[in-house]
Amino acid sequence: MSLPADGPPGSAVTVRGLVKRYGPSTAVDGVDLDVPAASVVALLGPNGAGKTTTVEICTGLRRADAGEVRVLGLDPAGAPDALRARIGVMPQGGGAYPGVRAAEMLRLVAACSAHPLDVDELIEVLGLGSCARTTYKRLSGGQQQRLALACAVVGRPELVFLDEPTAGMDPQARRLVWELIESLRRDGVAVLLTTHLMEEAEALADDVVIIDHGRVVAHGSPAELTTTADSQELRFRARAGMDVTELAAALPAGYAAAEPAAGRYVVQGRIDPPVLAAVTTWCATQGALADDVRITRRSLEDVFLDLTGRELRP
Amino acid sequence: MTASRPSPGRFAPGTFTPRPGRGDLGRMLATQSSLELRLALRNGEQVLLTLLIPIVLLVGLSLVDIIDLPAPRVDSVFASVLALAVMSTAFTGQAIAFGFDRRYGVVRRLAATALPRWLLVAGRLVAVLGTVVVQVVVLGLIALALGWRPGGGVGVALVLVLLGCAAFGALGLLLGGTLRAEIVLALANVVWFVLLLGGGIVVPLATLPAGLATVAGLLPSGALAEGLRIALAGTDGSLLQPLLVLVAWAVVAGVAAARLVRLT
Repeated sequence: MSLPADGPPGSAVTVRGLVKRYGPSTAVDGVDLDVPAASVVALLGPNGAGKTTTVEICTGLRRADAGEVRVLGLDPAGAPDALRARIGVMPQGGGAYPGVRAAEMLRLVAACSAHPLDVDELIEVLGLGSCARTTYKRLSGGQQQRLALACAVVGRPELVFLDEPTAGMDPQARRLVWELIESLRRDGVAVLLTTHLMEEAEALADDVVIIDHGRVVAHGSPAELTTTADSQELRFRARAGMDVTELAAALPAGYAAAEPAAGRYVVQGRIDPPVLAAVTTWCATQGALADDVRITRRSLEDVFLDLTGRELRP
Repeated sequence: MTASRPSPGRFAPGTFTPRPGRGDLGRMLATQSSLELRLALRNGEQVLLTLLIPIVLLVGLSLVDIIDLPAPRVDSVFASVLALAVMSTAFTGQAIAFGFDRRYGVVRRLAATALPRWLLVAGRLVAVLGTVVVQVVVLGLIALALGWRPGGGVGVALVLVLLGCAAFGALGLLLGGTLRAEIVLALANVVWFVLLLGGGIVVPLATLPAGLATVAGLLPSGALAEGLRIALAGTDGSLLQPLLVLVAWAVVAGVAAARLVRLT
């Protein structure tokens, strides 16, 4: 598939079939991604999933091995300078001269833009007023992150890339960053952010793209991702040791039943009244009473862990 | 469960309404190079390297007869110390600062702004030139106080200083832009020390053992120092070789830096 030269209309970022290899390993393996204008899209994935590489290709810092990328209608590899005048970037871990004062660094980045925000106001509102004269290497991790965020938005960009914007922040600072991202969306700025915090993706994003081993494993709004048919669960307590295979057989095809802890049972699938009735009836045939019955929707975290596995990543 | 959306209370509506555009190139260059110059003059280790050591050597070697030098000693010492000052700023200080700037992600940070790549390098080199101007003025005033009198060679000396900045600056970018910060720190200091003593800077080529003198004459340190001694202290010799050697180092190191320097 070939994209129009200036990308689909109304789209801030369009990525099709993106591939990036580092030597023998493939970091990004056929990723498709869309960021509509004035929306927030979260790229969610474990460490090493290919999130940062995808962002770096979109901002023109790396070149793709295959695939098509259009950012604000431009090819980042072909017109990096024209593109960078219109976007704001927060690289992972920020970045500044070790000996520079926070306000000096923001002033330098502001000088790169034609109509920057007021540096002093931005410093104050981001809670950096007390450390405006502190050198970068003496700022805390959270302060460095907020400075990096200020650098990403000071130039009044149309599109902002935020690579793990709240890593290392305390809950108050994270809340502030969320407010800022919400304000960017309100004012018509498109945002592509990477995170491995489900809570963050769920709170901020219009769309979530879950990526693992360089591939998109799921995408949709947070609500869509958590309300698909098999994302509901019925949990209950009953006598330990009942045969869950028999329980699953008593339900329509496609339902799963398990006893993760003694006397605690889980049925996964769309939980509607007939299914609830079937479960309690089956318990009755076993001479058991289903107690403490609860129907829950799985969280985005459950969806994420099911899709990307539960083993630790390096 | 749907998480409640955070309210954008702290930021007034319209705060972030897009108004993109690249800043003025002249203003970018001025802001970046003046910031880098301030950082260099604020850093104690850099000031030790670029000003204090050259001043101590200028005063010490002019007044104390440690190395055999023609009289008036200050003429020859001033030439040597100017070469040292250029090497310290453009090569050693620049390589170390660049190595640590890369480590702290500033090069990548600025590469993601509208600042063009060529300006990123130009800003660093303008800051190096600014430091060298400070050094030339301070060391020149001290040399005057010690009895040095400027002659006809001052114009050639300034050309040599600029070529020295180009050659050492390119070498500094090459070193600082290709290796890890700690290795850059160690190597840049070792090279500084070796060239100071054996590279024709404080010990004139005529005083070095013959084989070493030939090698030192082909190094940027020996070429710059010997050229400055010919220009400022009337040492015998042709300026052609020092000028050619410096141009060659600037071109070779410049091309290598353009190909090999990494931003991360």
